[in-house]
Amino acid sequence: MSVRINNKSCNLCGICIDICPGNLLLKKEDKVVIRAPEECWDCAACVKECPTQAIELYLPSEIGGRGATLRAKKEGNERIWACKNPAGEINEYRIKIK
Amino acid sequence: MEKELDIEIIKKETDLLIIGGGAAGIFAAVKAKEMKPECEVTIMEKSNIKWSGCLAAGINAINAYITPDETPESFLEYVKNDNNGVVRDDLVYTIAQQLNQVTEEVERWGLPIKKDENDNYLARSRRSIEINGDEFKPILANRVEEEDVEILNRVVATNYLVENGEVYGAFGFSIRENRFYVIRAKAVICATGGASGIYKPNNEGGAKHKTWYPPFNAGAGYAMGVRAGAEMTSFEMRFIALRVKDVIAPTGTLALGADANQINAYGENYLKDYDRITTPIRLQATLRENKLGRGPCYLDVSHLDEEGCEGLRKKFLNMSPSIVLQWADREVEPNEEPIEITGSEPYIVGGHGQAGYWIGVDRSTTLKGLYAAGDVAGGAPKKYVTGAFVEGKIAVENALKLIKERSEKKVDERFIWQEFQRVYEPLQQPGILKPQELEIRLQKVMDEYAGGISSGYQVNRKKLLIAKKRLKQIEADVERLKVENLHQLMAAHEVVDRILIAKVVVAHLLHRKETRWPVYQANLDFPEQNNQEWFKFVNSVYDSKREKVLIKERKCHDLEEVGVQYECAY
Ligand SMILES: Cc1cc2nc3c(=O)[nH]c(=O)nc-3n(C[C@H](O)[C@H](O)[C@H](O)COP(=O)(O)OP(=O)(O)OC[C@H]3O[C@@H](n4cnc5c(N)ncnc54)[C@H](O)[C@@H]3O)c2cc1C
Ligand code: SF4
Ligand code: SF4
Repeated sequence: MSVRINNKSCNLCGICIDICPGNLLLKKEDKVVIRAPEECWDCAACVKECPTQAIELYLPSEIGGRGATLRAKKEGNERIWACKNPAGEINEYRIKIK
Repeated sequence: MEKELDIEIIKKETDLLIIGGGAAGIFAAVKAKEMKPECEVTIMEKSNIKWSGCLAAGINAINAYITPDETPESFLEYVKNDNNGVVRDDLVYTIAQQLNQVTEEVERWGLPIKKDENDNYLARSRRSIEINGDEFKPILANRVEEEDVEILNRVVATNYLVENGEVYGAFGFSIRENRFYVIRAKAVICATGGASGIYKPNNEGGAKHKTWYPPFNAGAGYAMGVRAGAEMTSFEMRFIALRVKDVIAPTGTLALGADANQINAYGENYLKDYDRITTPIRLQATLRENKLGRGPCYLDVSHLDEEGCEGLRKKFLNMSPSIVLQWADREVEPNEEPIEITGSEPYIVGGHGQAGYWIGVDRSTTLKGLYAAGDVAGGAPKKYVTGAFVEGKIAVENALKLIKERSEKKVDERFIWQEFQRVYEPLQQPGILKPQELEIRLQKVMDEYAGGISSGYQVNRKKLLIAKKRLKQIEADVERLKVENLHQLMAAHEVVDRILIAKVVVAHLLHRKETRWPVYQANLDFPEQNNQEWFKFVNSVYDSKREKVLIKERKCHDLEEVGVQYECAY
């Protein structure tokens, strides 16, 4: 599995469901879930589009994942990525995207 | 069946139908409206054009560009050399002529291209420039949405409407609504990209889709063409990428973008022994080091300072964020540990390799009415994203000419009914097999007997014949497929298409009796060079009645000597 949805911060806007290229996200009993975690490509489109940063990307254990996560948001012309390592330290990266 | 399933049949007419709203498809749609505003254009897209296809994760470079050190002629020479002399010169050259023009165009659409101190595009190499392509796909989508183009998102194309060998439209089904589409068109452009998942991927279980090529590009355009009897070329030339181990991230960002050293386990630069370093040789040399016990191999960026590491992370976040997670999980900086590299699963993709539709220089296929552009079109490797744009543009220019002279065609109701039944059968039949089960069987056979990762990418006749036999059985089991919903129905058709593509790949591999594309096509029965067996194209046409791949050879021409030989393919 490569994306995790925090249902507490999700406002059920449906954007991620609309755009996932693999058609993997759906609403189930008032929650957004990933229907087949192993089918995720890790493209991060949903991570980038979520207006409340409720989606995070992580590596599955099959390829050595040990808890690091990535979240993203857009501010003006910039994409801001927050990468948290397993020790809980967060690093931010700002990239001009427009 | 229609009644039980409650599926609505939607019939539509349009002038130009574009299948696949990726790089080539969107560019083609915009060009069509610019050239002929009154032309009705429809895009059929299995995902949502905002984030679909190869560009869904973003990209960080334009890999095909003519910098001031290059010319279209030198670009052709480079591509030809990298592919050991067998490419379609006319296709590569006509792409090269317009690479810069399409680049400037997408910059005007909003793509941020990095600049050097003189305000020129920042070159990454002689033939590539750096971009901030995080939002490349939404930029393209926004541009096409400015035009009056009908976009059918979440509609999966399944077959062409064919009559007397000519294409008049396509069928598709929605994965969000109970709708079956029959779209008649005066011309069709296929731009569905290449195919992943034919071979067993690098990773398994929860990481099985951690592939380089998108797992959602399942080769529908190839399969539709094969079923319709279009001529295909070079399916024996699989593309195998040198990638970062586990996360399968592209290595150009390290080798070209960060001057990485390619070293073995002993820190030796093993490429220095090679007088000619091409893309496949970088991969072949890596496999060799491993075989000789000098692996693992790495791309080493230990020379980067803190700022360099930050820059590298940002480049990957623009395209392949999982490598940034890998560094975080390992709690290392990019310069602290060399980055291990590996070969990917073999992909069938005409934008890096050259498997695809056999097309004329006008991008027509051998079926009148059908054009092909981008990764689904064959004969022109290394076209990448800008090459896909150029092909979309050329295809449109010629499709518009055809539209002028072509009249509407009525569809025989029998064909509609036949395709409807074929499409929805896995929802109805009493089978027990899940698409994923069939996919695993397919990938195992291809991996072990048709030159996948576990067989060192090598093939021989004996193994290929086993693959052929096993594929027959897998194909026969298609009728046991059973699915519960529309998402799974899409998966069922993806595996059906992949099986057919695998059959064509095996037939082509059996036919080419030479070995000159290192790794991509290595036949152990024929290790010696033999120009007669080499300088030609291995093409095929599928006989769907007899379910047989019929091989056809075509000559390989030199543009300088012979000029354009294949003006039009039909
Ligand atoms: C991970 C990755 C990184 C890359 N990085 C670079 C780079 O840095 N620089 C560069 O120049 N090139 C790069 N490339 C190559 C470039 O992105 C492709 O060559 C280009 O996008 C091909 O365009 P296309 O239109 O043929 O395919 P795509 O852009 O993939 O579009 C195909 C479209 O068809 C749709 N489709 C598929 N099947 C169906 C169906 N049955 N029905 C309807 N629609 C369907 C797909 O959803 C998709 O939208 C990269 C490719 C990948 C995979
Ligand atoms: S990362 Fe991409 S493939 Fe995975 S769930 Fe999000 S949008 Fe879908
Ligand atoms: S985009 Fe974010 S907020 Fe909207 S539904 Fe998805 S997870 Fe919830």
